[in-house]
Amino acid sequence: MTGLRFTKDHEYLRIEGDTAVVGITDFAQQQLGDIVFVDLPKVGKKVTKGSELAVIESVKAASEVYAPVTGEVIEVNAELGEKPALVNESPLDGGWLVKLRVATPDETASLMDEDGYASFLKTL
Amino acid sequence: MRYHPLSDVDRKAMLATIGVQDSAALYAPAPASTLIDAPLDLPRHKSEIEVERALRKLAARNVAAGSVPFFIGAGAYRHHVPATVDHLIQRSEFLTSYTPYQPEISQGTLQTLFEFQTQVALLTGMEVANASMYDGSTGTAEAVLMAHRLTGRRKALLSGGLHPQYAEVVRTISRLAEDSVADMPPDVDCVEDLIARIDDTLSCVVVQTPDFFGHLRDLTPIADACHRHGALLVAVFTEAVSLGLLTPPGAMGADIVVGEGQSIGNTLNFGGPYVGLFATRQEFVRQMPGRVAGESVDADGRRAFVLTLSTREQHIRRDKATSNICTNSGLCALAFTIHLTLLGEAGLTRLARLNHANAVALADMLAQAPGIEVLNQSFFNEFTLRLPCDAAALVERMAAKGVLAGVPVSRLLPDAGLDDLLVVASTETNTPQDRAAFVSALKESL
Repeated sequence: MTGLRFTKDHEYLRIEGDTAVVGITDFAQQQLGDIVFVDLPKVGKKVTKGSELAVIESVKAASEVYAPVTGEVIEVNAELGEKPALVNESPLDGGWLVKLRVATPDETASLMDEDGYASFLKTL
Repeated sequence: MRYHPLSDVDRKAMLATIGVQDSAALYAPAPASTLIDAPLDLPRHKSEIEVERALRKLAARNVAAGSVPFFIGAGAYRHHVPATVDHLIQRSEFLTSYTPYQPEISQGTLQTLFEFQTQVALLTGMEVANASMYDGSTGTAEAVLMAHRLTGRRKALLSGGLHPQYAEVVRTISRLAEDSVADMPPDVDCVEDLIARIDDTLSCVVVQTPDFFGHLRDLTPIADACHRHGALLVAVFTEAVSLGLLTPPGAMGADIVVGEGQSIGNTLNFGGPYVGLFATRQEFVRQMPGRVAGESVDADGRRAFVLTLSTREQHIRRDKATSNICTNSGLCALAFTIHLTLLGEAGLTRLARLNHANAVALADMLAQAPGIEVLNQSFFNEFTLRLPCDAAALVERMAAKGVLAGVPVSRLLPDAGLDDLLVVASTETNTPQDRAAFVSALKESL
């Protein structure tokens, strides 16, 4: 798990070439409980850092997922339509949400790295 | 707070709080002509029995629906409701239950909602239905909002055959949401060219069949045109019994089907409460307003019912709710379900045939009357007459002769210049004697 970046809203971002894979962290999926639906954006949607990217509905609540960086949605995880529980099972792998074409790579620098996020979780 | 009349001390304290001397100063800004300077001329109090007598006398001036030959429809229909329906919905488990906040405890309520949804989906020819909206008109507005969400567009085209009050509700809700509505003019003859008006800016086209004037419409070409332009077809009905005989809107390509369920299980109720029916395709279920009861199994593997897809603000979606509908017409939905269960599929078809046959018999008789024109080529249990006189005045004259003849179009479309049109409905409750009384009262009143 290298190259991962995290937000304080518990999204993660993994750079793969010129794209970034976005999802929610293991901590976030545990907090949400059983996830029953993921409302993903349309491919081509442009998002700015901090704007609403997706909505995750669990048996407890519906929660926003915010864009960790500015960019354009180039792919969504269609498998979540049938199996939203993938987000619970493997949030960092099969449970990814969208792929973004990152508009301003500098923005990733301001995100926490793995150690930073681990320390951040201890403060909660 | 206990209720006590205000004392002088209370009044003084209140006036002092807002900083005026006396009540005259309080009302000073109002023009003198609008103020009453003397005690109201009201009768003295009366005993309960005297009040009862007075009210009964007033009530006797009404011509009640069941007391005379009755041909009023236009969105609210008089049908026979079996006594069993009323008896069963009065069971306290049903009658007192409010919206299930801990739904799994209310298995009986959830099961009836599940049955209700199944019936609505079957009737409309759609894949999923929700657990009841307030009524047909607000359901139509919800359908328009849903089409906006699904298409990302914010303009709806309303057919001129849509019930005027339904159109008004859509316009009102759209105004609040700052969405736009394109209206077709009232369509008396069912010749409006909706297809020519469909373009890539529309989220949906809203068409009623049978329409406000009673015409039956083939929705297929309209649905095709909608889909070519990425718009949805919202199909509306006001007479649920018609679905027992007519091609369901789902089979004609409708994307959302909404309508009024009052006709089945529910009486006229002085105009409400009624029950909205709402159905759509599986792929759109996530944007459907309201909530859906689903079937599951409990911890022991037994059949159980749950509230699922509760896309309302009271449940898990909160501020992300698809609509702010806050309760449903649960008891009316239950009455609908019980009545439809008693009828069964064959029974509903028979009931629908009886409605149609009675309406045809009446239309045939009226077509013989001099000066009367039946405008419809086809209809279910309701049609429009063109009269040689003002329809509203004629209805009054016929009411005086003990026949409630129908709804003058001018009542719902006062400025449309359609004062000579009368919408007439006939159901299974009308006898041959009723029809004879209609024709004879009409001839005397023309």
